[in-house]
Amino acid sequence: MKLAPVIYHRANAFDEALHLLSDTPDAMVLAGGQSLMPMLNLRLAAPAHLIDINRLAELDHIREEGGVISMGAMTRQRTIEFSELVAAKLPLLALAIRHVGHRQTRNRGTLGGSLCNLDPAAELALVTCLYDGVMVVDKVGHSRCVTMSDFAIGFMSTALAAGELLSAVRLTPWPSNHGYGFHEFARRKGDWAVVSVGVLMTLDAAGKIDRVAIALGGIASTPLRRPLAEAQLLGATPKLDRLDAAAAMVDDIEVLDDANAPAWYRRQLARVLTRRALVDAARLAGAPL
Amino acid sequence: MSTSLSHIAVRVEINGQLYDREVEHRQTLADFLRENLSLTGTHVGCEQGVCGSCTVLVDGISARACLMLAAQADSAKITTVEGLACNGALHPLQQAFWDKHGLQCGFCTPGILISLVELLQADAQPSEAQIREVLSGHLCRCTGYQNIVAAALEAAAQMRGPAP
Repeated sequence: MKLAPVIYHRANAFDEALHLLSDTPDAMVLAGGQSLMPMLNLRLAAPAHLIDINRLAELDHIREEGGVISMGAMTRQRTIEFSELVAAKLPLLALAIRHVGHRQTRNRGTLGGSLCNLDPAAELALVTCLYDGVMVVDKVGHSRCVTMSDFAIGFMSTALAAGELLSAVRLTPWPSNHGYGFHEFARRKGDWAVVSVGVLMTLDAAGKIDRVAIALGGIASTPLRRPLAEAQLLGATPKLDRLDAAAAMVDDIEVLDDANAPAWYRRQLARVLTRRALVDAARLAGAPL
Repeated sequence: MSTSLSHIAVRVEINGQLYDREVEHRQTLADFLRENLSLTGTHVGCEQGVCGSCTVLVDGISARACLMLAAQADSAKITTVEGLACNGALHPLQQAFWDKHGLQCGFCTPGILISLVELLQADAQPSEAQIREVLSGHLCRCTGYQNIVAAALEAAAQMRGPAP
């Protein structure tokens, strides 16, 4: 199929994009187009206007600002994949990004586009959730910060209001000695994850877990942290039985049940993949497993 | 830039030739290449970025032409499969596809050639794993991919030239 008739606007500056967004009813922002363009071609989306932000170079950056990694919304997934700063500071993101689509789509697909599309199985949304990312949201004359938990309000739905543009994402790196693990199951390489799991972990001097984050993607309408399983692990020595027990707790949620996979299968995957990600993270953090 | 509610002016360089055209706002780059410029080597399969048949190089980087608007290609340099052969001589990758039987029906081939050209430009000696990683972004229903991998390895060897 082809796109429904639409009026294309090219923003050449950030302020121009904000004014276009504020002045144009029924407009959608066109970033990398790797999710929106299929939806337009299939007429699952048919806005009256498209506002192209591909020329906004100021939204394409990865930099460290006071210990926080700031990434512009138009940062291409391919740029993240090969960023030395990301590899050094956000190694879990460097691991997960290779599961996002294919080289040919990562070349154009963007961080901000994926987060605004907010597919429940999107790896970048999972990673942002795992790191408690902060979204920088701008509109004419106003800028605000939104945590990922407030940003992801539901199935493919964000907290962006009319006229607002996601301009950057801020992720705070974990200490350099942290461990991390990412596992996903997809039917084919590059497909949406049926379930994906990310884990971050640090150990104290006695080898006990003093900080841990677990997030699941693909299993519910938005990516989710699993605070009960995290609490179960705090203060524990990371032995396999403790990791197993925590992994067994992660599926106490309403699980997606669709043509890709029934709920019971996603629950099983969630437990198995969480266990694997916990073991990877514990080993990298220095646990003798 | 001339703009109306339905059309917009674009200046785009395709395979070394400059084109100035008015395009419909909603027209994809793939349809622009095929319908307006008769460059029908770029094939359109799924129109949702999955099959890879429409892959072209945009400023040297592979992209799905079905997931870009023609309007977005303004001031870009595009390479399509028509731009690979030089003065009637096949590109070494095309020749290797011929020699190794890397295609059958040929529908997916233009996109695969473009993606592999991008790989070979970046890496003169790609591993089989790297080639398969690139091919994961393409669907071929005839070949089973084995001969495509063989052709890519053969092309890389040919392009490196005889060992010193």
